[in-house]
Amino acid sequence: MTQLLAAILSFSAFALLFGVVLAIASRVFKIEGNPMADNIETLLPQTQCGQCGFPGCKPYAAAVASGEAEVNQCVPGGERTMLQIAGLMGVEPKNIEEEPTAPMIAFVREDECIGCTLCIKACPVDAIIGAPKQYHTIITDHCTGCTLCVEPCPVDCIDMLIKPELLEHWSWPLPDTARAQLAIERKGQHAPHAT
Amino acid sequence: MTEFAVILLSAVLVNNYVLTKFLGICPFLGVSSKVETAVGMSFAVMFVMTLASTASWLVQKYILIPLDLLYLQTIFFILIIASLVQFIEMMIHKTSPILYQGLGIFLPLITTNCAVLGVAILNVQQENTFITSALYGFGAAIGFALVLILFAGLRERIEHAPIPEAFRGSPISLITAGMMSLAFLGFSGLVKI
Amino acid sequence: MLHTLLRSIAERPGIFSGGIEPEMLKITAGSPIATPPIAPIYIVPIKQHIGEVCTPIVSVGEHVFRGQKIARSQGYVSVPVHAPTSGTVVKIEDHAIPHPSGMGLPSIFIEPDGEDSHDESLEAICDYRGRDPGELRERVRVCGIAGLGGAVFPTFIKLLKDQRNPIETVIINGIECEPYLTNDHRLMLEKPEAIATGLDIIMHMVGAKKAIVAIEDNKADAAEAIRSALNSLPDMEHVEVRLLPTRYPQGSEKQLVQVLTGKEIPARKLPMHIGVLCQNVGTTFAISDAIIRGRPLTERIITVSGDALPRPGNVRARLGTPIRFILAQHGLEHFEDTHLLHGGPMMGERLKNPDIPVVKSTNGLLAMHSETMMKAHKVEQPCIRCGHCGVACPVSLVPNLLADQCRNDQFEKAESYNLFDCIECGACSYVCPSNIPLVHYFRYGKGQLAQITRAKAFADISKERSEARGTRIEREAAARAAKRKTVRTKHMPKPVDEKSSEEKSDISADPKGDGL
Repeated sequence: MTQLLAAILSFSAFALLFGVVLAIASRVFKIEGNPMADNIETLLPQTQCGQCGFPGCKPYAAAVASGEAEVNQCVPGGERTMLQIAGLMGVEPKNIEEEPTAPMIAFVREDECIGCTLCIKACPVDAIIGAPKQYHTIITDHCTGCTLCVEPCPVDCIDMLIKPELLEHWSWPLPDTARAQLAIERKGQHAPHAT
Repeated sequence: MTEFAVILLSAVLVNNYVLTKFLGICPFLGVSSKVETAVGMSFAVMFVMTLASTASWLVQKYILIPLDLLYLQTIFFILIIASLVQFIEMMIHKTSPILYQGLGIFLPLITTNCAVLGVAILNVQQENTFITSALYGFGAAIGFALVLILFAGLRERIEHAPIPEAFRGSPISLITAGMMSLAFLGFSGLVKI
Repeated sequence: MLHTLLRSIAERPGIFSGGIEPEMLKITAGSPIATPPIAPIYIVPIKQHIGEVCTPIVSVGEHVFRGQKIARSQGYVSVPVHAPTSGTVVKIEDHAIPHPSGMGLPSIFIEPDGEDSHDESLEAICDYRGRDPGELRERVRVCGIAGLGGAVFPTFIKLLKDQRNPIETVIINGIECEPYLTNDHRLMLEKPEAIATGLDIIMHMVGAKKAIVAIEDNKADAAEAIRSALNSLPDMEHVEVRLLPTRYPQGSEKQLVQVLTGKEIPARKLPMHIGVLCQNVGTTFAISDAIIRGRPLTERIITVSGDALPRPGNVRARLGTPIRFILAQHGLEHFEDTHLLHGGPMMGERLKNPDIPVVKSTNGLLAMHSETMMKAHKVEQPCIRCGHCGVACPVSLVPNLLADQCRNDQFEKAESYNLFDCIECGACSYVCPSNIPLVHYFRYGKGQLAQITRAKAFADISKERSEARGTRIEREAAARAAKRKTVRTKHMPKPVDEKSSEEKSDISADPKGDGL
């Protein structure tokens, strides 16, 4: 009987001790906010285009961090961003349904613009200049190509143009060899079952 | 002094827990796909293993033996290990969320890492002193870290190598692990215990 | 590998780690520099240096003189462009330049009048020793001089007398380690006096006490010529002409400095950070021409060679001459089964068509039989980890690993293995028994990293703008709410009359006004 009591008491005391230590530790290491959301947000292209179904890059990052959104919903980010987010979250990469298009910029046909300011309100990065009843124009250096300004325009005077390639921004393609091609092919099928 | 060096060397290389005793294979294969996560895991295991081996020695000596409760050894040791793992989990979550995310399920699974319990039990079986058991735990952890990081480095390179389709993924990892184990067998002539 | 390691640890003059000894094929070493006739048209791209692009300052139909400035520099890292001969500007439009992309730049087309009369607005400065270095530096900038070794970095930037990084040693680079090329060799043989004067000018400009003229031992005659030219100038006892064993890529700035001084230039640093200034012999000649004769850079020496060329040789080509015209002078008019290279065989780039003009970076033009090129570029085989590339690498990188990372899009990892220290000399590709185009992979990786950095910077700006917009909208909403509140409290006792609702609609219409 004494031995039974000794066993129960010593074990309970021991467990209680660790319980107290862990309770204190959980206070000390308390986490505010969701640090993963910030880490994911830095990976996103910040076009604020809403193609992921969320009203901007920050909400999407928060949704991914809390597990509400998939990692493959960022269309402008493409495969690269998807792989980075998947790597960060420690989940299996997923295929992206939509093919990434060439980078675009919006362009206002100024002679048709009626100066309604609707596109100015739609622009998520304030890259459209104009005032009521004045022609509007787009700061091409800041345009993210999100297409959010196209829809509100009542006279359809905004075109999406392919961003012109600059000589300084040109970069070498992969060598045109069979092995390089193999690497590209493997990348396509390799990604989903990487461990 | 020589004794300490021999213990450390034997725990790290000769009786390597992963490649010679085949304990702790789960995290060895689970978190070795990236060097960064492998390093994080190594530090977590180092922390848990060293503290667990010293704490279990103390429990054995001052609670279990005096109270004649040796039949409760496993449950006591697991309690220590589980608490330590909980502690380090909270710490990692706070200090490095990315590492926390990367380790995923394998972090709480250190609790069931047989290498940790193995070290604790072997320590008391071998009737080590306090210092030597701490050293033994630490050496075993260093050995675990060494092979885990080496293996992660190998796997990182293998990942993009043109391996035949059938061998890609787990098969080539197991083959690599086997070859590493063979290589570590070479250390068996180094120290005689 | 150990060999490389030991050599890089033993930091001593006379050697750089790695390197190769390719067959030199300097078949044009004995051909004197020829002067071709005036071409029917000159195509002058508005940017021929590393840095910012220039703005044309002439209009179509305008008559220009040789040496007249036709495009103004913009920004600091930029030098102007000058007319290569006298004539009329016929058009200004995009034209292909020697660039691997095959893309074009706005170019000024000049139809020569045959007079070749000079623009004489720049005076000759013969008493340069008595002039202020700043004034001479401005002259070097105005004359459009950029590094003629191939990097075309604006020269005036390097010629700064900087108190923080005083220049002790000036190095004149006459190494010319690329196979086939002999333009620097011929220039040293034929114009040693001008090069010696140029060196004197540079030493005066940066206040250097010492100078070394470095020449490889396959050009001993050039070293002799330079030596005797130096002896004829006063106060040249601190100038040394040094013959170095032939080795590629010894002509690369960092390797040459290491060989001559025993000091290694740290990563992402310049020679000036260790008190050294490096100038190519062609640039030195151009500096002397600009100061002593007041002539802007309108021509350069190029080697025209290759096994598909009937009459190889060295020519003094005006910048803007179509390459087709120069090759025709050397007997090549049909380009079937011919590969054209801009530059040497190691670092040169393939030209897509012969109608591209000569620019400041053109040090050689090679016409090779397609068969020879096919032999040099065999099918890429798997890496066998022989390690030859690591031994050959002059900057001690691990090329096979880097290529693997670049091929598999692990760019950040490649960067951490110092991808950006690669000088793209091609030694690794040359020695690779599996014919892996290693340098091509590195160029791909560097380009992708640059794009990633650009995308990141753009994302940061977009994020900032989007956040600024968010706070602006919030502020406006708050202001509106506050205003509404004051209106409401003011009119609270009375029933809402017409005036207040009018006011309200005014307020809600208000933010439209400041759309930005």
